Amino acid sequence: MHPAPSVVLFSTLSGLGFGFLAFLGWGALNATGWTAFFLWGLGYGLAVAGLVASTFHLGNPKNALKAFTQWRTSWLSREAWASVATLLILAPVALSDIFALGLAQLVGQIGGALALLTVLTTAMIYTQIRAVPRWHHWLTPVMFLTFALAGGAMLSARGWAPILLLTLGAVLFALWKVGDGAFARAGQTMGTATGLDRLGVPAVFDPAHTAGNYLKREMIFVVGRKHAAKLRKLALALASILPAILLLFPLGPWGIALAAFLHLAGALAARWLFFAEAEHVVGLYYGARG
Amino acid sequence: MTALPQTTEKKLGLVIDLDTCVGCQACVTACKGWNDAGIGLSDQDPYGADPSGTFLNRVHSYQVAVPEGPAQVVTFPRSCLHCDNAPCVTVCPTGASYKRAEDGIVLVNEDACIGCGLCAWACPYGAREMDAAQGVMKKCTLCVDRIYNETLPEEDREPACVRTCPTNARHFGDLADPESQVSKLVAQRGGYDLMPDMGTKPTNKYLPPRRKGPGEASPLAPLMDIKATGIAGWLDRMLGKI
Repeated sequence: MHPAPSVVLFSTLSGLGFGFLAFLGWGALNATGWTAFFLWGLGYGLAVAGLVASTFHLGNPKNALKAFTQWRTSWLSREAWASVATLLILAPVALSDIFALGLAQLVGQIGGALALLTVLTTAMIYTQIRAVPRWHHWLTPVMFLTFALAGGAMLSARGWAPILLLTLGAVLFALWKVGDGAFARAGQTMGTATGLDRLGVPAVFDPAHTAGNYLKREMIFVVGRKHAAKLRKLALALASILPAILLLFPLGPWGIALAAFLHLAGALAARWLFFAEAEHVVGLYYGARG
Repeated sequence: MTALPQTTEKKLGLVIDLDTCVGCQACVTACKGWNDAGIGLSDQDPYGADPSGTFLNRVHSYQVAVPEGPAQVVTFPRSCLHCDNAPCVTVCPTGASYKRAEDGIVLVNEDACIGCGLCAWACPYGAREMDAAQGVMKKCTLCVDRIYNETLPEEDREPACVRTCPTNARHFGDLADPESQVSKLVAQRGGYDLMPDMGTKPTNKYLPPRRKGPGEASPLAPLMDIKATGIAGWLDRMLGKI
C-alpha cells in the first residue's frame, strides 16, 4: 500500500495525542495553571494535527461532514464520532485542570476511555480490510493501542512507561513476524484471482496497460521495501528500546522530551512500514505476487 | 445508508466468456467513451510520455502453463463484480457507496463522496479507481444510464461493453433468475467467482477457457525423417561411422 505522508502522519500523531489525552483524562496530571495548559495543549495539538493531516488525503474534502452519517457500518465514520466526542468531553476536564475547578473525575474517566476507543476505531479501519492480509489480524489493533498507551504513559511521566514501551517493541516484533506470512496464509494467487488455476499456472503475458494508474500507485507500492529490514531495527530501537532506557534515568522534563522525540521518529518509521509492507491482493492481477 | 440490502430483487450482472474473448479492448474503449460522456473519466497527460487515466474496465492477458500441451494465452477483462457482500459499500463513511435493493447494482453517489479511497482499498478486485481530476471514486455502473433508458433503441439497453463486444464474449442479465440466458450459460459452462474465499459473493461470473487438448503432431512431421540416397547417403553412412 502506498504510504501517503498524510496518512502516516495522521495515524502516528493522533495515536500519540489520543494516548496522551487518555492519561490526562484519567488524572495523570498533578499540575495546574500554565503547566496544565501546556500539557493539555500538547495532547489536543497532537490529536488535532493528526486529524487535520488526514483531511489532506481526501480527494473531495468539502463533503467531510457527511463522514458522520454511516457509523452503523463504517469504522471511518465511527472514528469521526469517537474523535470529536473525545475532544468535546475532555474539554471541560482540561479547563478544570488548568483553573483547578475540581470537576468530577468520572468525566475524565469517560473521556479517557473514549480517547482509546478513538485509537481502536482508527486501527479497525485497517484491520477490517480482508484484501490486505497483513492488516487483517487482531495484532493490528493491539499495535495501535500499545502505541497510544506507551506514548501516553511516556508523555505523562508514568513510572511504568518503560515497561509499556518495551511491550510495544514485543508487539511490533510479533506483528512483523506474523505479518510476513499473512499473504501466503490468505491463500490467494494469480490463479485464484483470475480463476485460471482451473486451467494451469498463469503468468502475466502482456500488461493491461503500459503506464501507471490509480491502482498501481495506491495499492501496488513496492519502492523502498528493500530497506525494510534496516527500518524495522531502526523503528524498534527508536520507538521502544532507546526511550525505555532513557526514561530509567531521572532526567526530568527534558529527558521525557528527548525520549518522546526518539519515540515519535521510531513510530513514524514503524507506521511507514505498516503501509509500505502491506500487500493488496489486487497486485495479483498485475503479477506483483506469484 | 451503506448497510447492504438483505436481498436484492434482481442480480443484474455480467457473464464474461474467457473462451471467446480475444482481448481486442473494444469493451475498454466503449466503456470509457460512454462513461466519459456521462460521469466523466479523466485522463492525465494522455498524449505525453507518462499517460494515465481512469478506466472502469481493463483487459489483462495471461499465459497459462497447461500441464499437457502448449501454453494458452487468455485475455481477461476485469471490472466491478457487483458483489452481494460488497466490502466497498460497508466501509464508506459518507453513504456515497451503496448497493441498490432493486437490482443489486453497486454505485457511487459522487455528490456525497469525500475521495478517501477506503472503498478502493476494501475491494479485492481493483474495481474502483479515484479520478485524479475530480477527486471522487469511479466504478462500473453497469451502464445504469443505458439499461433503463427508454430513449435508446431497445437493442442498446445493455452495458456499453456488452453492446460493443465483437465476439459476444460479454453477456448481461439477471443472475437471480435461474431461467435467464446468463444463468443458463453459467450452469452449462461452469461459470465461476473470482477469489471466492474473500467472501464477497460476486454477481458477475467468468466462463473458463475450454481446454485445447494436447498439440497435434505437425503435418510436416513425415518429411522430417529423410532417408538420404546416392552421394548424400554415402556421406551420411560414412560420417555416422566416424
